[in-house]
Amino acid sequence: MGGMALPQVAPAETPQIEEVPADDRPWVTIVWDDPVNLMSYVTWVFQKIFGYSHDKAEQLMMDVHNKGKAVVSSGARERMEMDAAQLHGYGLWATVDRG
Amino acid sequence: MFRRNGNQCVATFAIDEVRVLRKVAGEVVGLLMDGFDHTDPVVGRLFPDIYPDRPDDSAEFRLYTEGDLKTGKIDQAGAILAALPDDGPGEVRLDGEEAEAWLRAINDARLAMGTRLDIQGDTDLGDELDEAVVRDPASSRVFQLSVYAYLGYLQESLLNALPEIEERH
Repeated sequence: MGGMALPQVAPAETPQIEEVPADDRPWVTIVWDDPVNLMSYVTWVFQKIFGYSHDKAEQLMMDVHNKGKAVVSSGARERMEMDAAQLHGYGLWATVDRG
Repeated sequence: MFRRNGNQCVATFAIDEVRVLRKVAGEVVGLLMDGFDHTDPVVGRLFPDIYPDRPDDSAEFRLYTEGDLKTGKIDQAGAILAALPDDGPGEVRLDGEEAEAWLRAINDARLAMGTRLDIQGDTDLGDELDEAVVRDPASSRVFQLSVYAYLGYLQESLLNALPEIEERH
């Protein structure tokens, strides 16, 4: 992902925000509650994608169910985008955001 | 419904079940190929915006990932069509990989139907079906709700028939 293009007329002293290493900023993958996906299926997907134990995956699923959403992974932006894409492959409703 | 048999998940389907499964898998494929339309709420649900507040970033991400996601979904719906008897009742035996494709494809079909039927978190499927039957037992809504409920049971049975997943963390 390229950063946003700076306006051409920007004064020379514009701070170079791109120099902040993007990967040092934490990003998160969020899974949102959904009226269709079965609870047992969501648990299975978390086990499958993240390699979590059944108990941990089930706890995460319950967080999604009870709170409406839950952070399922955090780290570099590119990795979060990969996680979200995988989750979309399984039909879970996932988004990426800054942690 | 599926049950475990050795390393496989096995189910015996009646002819009506085979036809319904062929129909819903075919509809998902149709939706992803000829009828692909981003303004369709079903497509919106199967391909969610990754950055809800940043349309440009979402669009850029879509550009790089949507093709693969679409191909994956077509392949998994194809796994259902490939394993079913051509026409007529019969047994379906799935290995681990096929079972996973089926689970994902059944889920896509349920998401598509659930979106069209406007299923909400507090929807009671039994009540919904009763009301629809009272209104018109021959309506398409009665059929759609019945199929949606059936797919939920089928998916649950397949989840229960799966071998244990290896823990990595």
